[in-house]
Amino acid sequence: MNEVSRIAAADPVVHRARKSRAALLWLILPMAALGLAIVWLVAANPLSRFGNGAPPVETLTFERTILSDDGIRVLVRAGGSQPMTIAQVQVDDAYWQFTQDPPGPISRGSTAWIHLPFPWVLGEAHAINIVTNTGATFEHQIAVAVPKPAHNATSLLSQALLGVLVGLVPVAIGMTFYPALRGVGRDGMDFLLSLTVGLLAFLLVDATQEAFELAGEAAAIFQGQAMVWLAAAASFLLLMAVGRRQGAPSGLALATFIALGIGLHNLGEGLAIGAAFATGAAGLGSFLVLGFMAHNITEGIGISAPLLKKRPALWAFAALALLAGGPAVVGLWIGSLAYAPQWSALALSVGAGAILQVMVEVAAYLMRSDGRGTTALLAPATVAGLTTGVAFMYGTAMLVKV
Amino acid sequence: MTKWGPFEITRRGLLWGGVTAAGGSVIAASGSSVAQSDHLADHLADHSAHTAASPLPGHGSAHGAMITVGEVDETRNGFETAKLLTEWDTGTVSRLPDGRVLRTFEVEGVDKEIEIAPGIMFPAWTYNGRVPGPSLRATEGDRLRIVFRNLGSHPHSMHFHGIHAARMDGVPGAGLIDPGDEFVYEFDARPFGCHLYHCHALPLKRHIQKGMYGLFVIDPDPERHPELTDIARSRLLGAPENAEWQEFAMVMNGFDTNFDNENEVYAVNTVAHAYMKRPIRIVRDRPVRIYLANVVEFDPINSFHLHGNFFDYFDQGTTLTPTLKTVDLITQCQAQRGIIEFSFKDHEPGLYMFHPHQSEFTELGWSGMFDVVEAIA
Repeated sequence: MNEVSRIAAADPVVHRARKSRAALLWLILPMAALGLAIVWLVAANPLSRFGNGAPPVETLTFERTILSDDGIRVLVRAGGSQPMTIAQVQVDDAYWQFTQDPPGPISRGSTAWIHLPFPWVLGEAHAINIVTNTGATFEHQIAVAVPKPAHNATSLLSQALLGVLVGLVPVAIGMTFYPALRGVGRDGMDFLLSLTVGLLAFLLVDATQEAFELAGEAAAIFQGQAMVWLAAAASFLLLMAVGRRQGAPSGLALATFIALGIGLHNLGEGLAIGAAFATGAAGLGSFLVLGFMAHNITEGIGISAPLLKKRPALWAFAALALLAGGPAVVGLWIGSLAYAPQWSALALSVGAGAILQVMVEVAAYLMRSDGRGTTALLAPATVAGLTTGVAFMYGTAMLVKV
Repeated sequence: MTKWGPFEITRRGLLWGGVTAAGGSVIAASGSSVAQSDHLADHLADHSAHTAASPLPGHGSAHGAMITVGEVDETRNGFETAKLLTEWDTGTVSRLPDGRVLRTFEVEGVDKEIEIAPGIMFPAWTYNGRVPGPSLRATEGDRLRIVFRNLGSHPHSMHFHGIHAARMDGVPGAGLIDPGDEFVYEFDARPFGCHLYHCHALPLKRHIQKGMYGLFVIDPDPERHPELTDIARSRLLGAPENAEWQEFAMVMNGFDTNFDNENEVYAVNTVAHAYMKRPIRIVRDRPVRIYLANVVEFDPINSFHLHGNFFDYFDQGTTLTPTLKTVDLITQCQAQRGIIEFSFKDHEPGLYMFHPHQSEFTELGWSGMFDVVEAIA
């Protein structure tokens, strides 16, 4: 040690060079050790004694189902311990001719399209059962057979219309309460802000639950549950950090964050709705659209609550409405064009993180807006607002749950 | 009810949505309904065109595209479905001191992975490496000696449907042997008929459905049936009267490949669609006799239906006159079997289908064709 320090004292540049070379060596050594271990594992196969003659573990996840004039197409993702071979495919308990693209064994994590020239029946249910070479079977239910919507300007337009109806319109309508709400006093303010927190709390629970549900449908390789937790936490922390760069957000900034959180949630919702229509898993009556609209109107009120003491320009309202409601349109498009449960789960969990951040910020805003601190959180108006928010969302959700 | 393109779905409990649809659909329907209902109509039109205009080549076309894809490697399996139909194991014949025929069969229990449908491997337990096991054939009154060696990984036995002593029954304690052991079943061949044998180790369901079964046919001895000698002689393998008959051994079986107590594959003689892809040639003016047994597990009943013709049926084959006359469908419960006799001599040549009339079994592999021809070159 003494020697080293003497050299360091004598020539700091040389010492630094040596130090970095030593560091490099300590980087290379563990990598080399890992490489050797892998080579040994592959070459000597010391784990062979664990081989008990059992067939390989096989999992197959159905990610997309497309029904069209020339039959049924399904996208499957393999997740076995070895590449999987699809031997035969049954539709409704009958072996059916099929083609696989790309052909051959499907390696772990890879996908393949299976095409079945099957005369499916509009509006009825079908079941696809894939039999692998080991005789394992993987079943997929098509709850209601409907053709995949054609992708042309008209269909994109009608989807956009639906997105606007369930996303943008209710938010905009909610915002038109703004002039009426401007005159409210302190209690009214407490009520409106906590109403916002309440509705966000409902969305948080709803989005998280749905994200976990979708994560469960995704291939195991995506580790859906962990992905939901991590994506939500990351989006929460990131938005907190961004939001607090110039102090705690209030006014327009806070409204923007609320709109962003709601927008991300609507994106996830849009993805799910779009996918549901594309696969025929759900139908939509006008009543359902009305339900979605009533459900989302409170979102507009929530976004405008932090703006009650400001006088933002009209375009700001338009932008906020677009930010909160617009993603529903984008979500519908993406969901009906290309869908996989893991991406919807990811979108919903990012949305959940964003919503949590907004809840924290709105609560913080409520506490400091007139210097009452935590007592503001327990004021009767606050509790009433919170309860009303959750209850309203729960009540209107009854209209849209099927 | 107002149709709203693909969104108008009644199955999923949206009926209540439909009730208000008439009044409320104005909001949403304006932009989309026309385009989507047009699309739907297009789809339906295209669709019917597609199903009508795309017959697939080959014999499978009778059911459109409803058939397994690919071919089974019969060389690897070690048995050919075409030969299973006509191969009879008549054993080794010798004479007992009293002049009676002693017929000795040798059977080995072997574990073997077999391909039961193209690409689907099944870890079978077999007799002599084939499923179904060898079709044993003897004559009424023979002394039978069946030497069974268990080379498999589990205890097995051969339980014969026939008349024999309890000691020879092939149940636990009477001829059920451990791996590596040998047992000789000995009894007289009676009664004549179409019988079967199977493993009677426990659990029975598993041992049978894994592949341990086979036909056990006892031909009638014409001398014992003076009133119906000609009929008896036509049943006696090797007799000149038997030679004109086109005889086939068929065992209706099924395979539960994922062990959920339901069959994924049904067949006659193991390989799904084997006789669909390669029809069984029969000469038009010669009579046909099928020794048929049902060993399907999990489903209580199987059946046999012949297209374009009717047949006589001898339940269990223990009579020389039909037990059912002029039928085109018979049913067999588990382990039931019988003899089917028919002729196509008044028919025009062509492909005549046969299959169970449980459509589910047909669609999961148990179906075949007779290719009726004027003469076999």
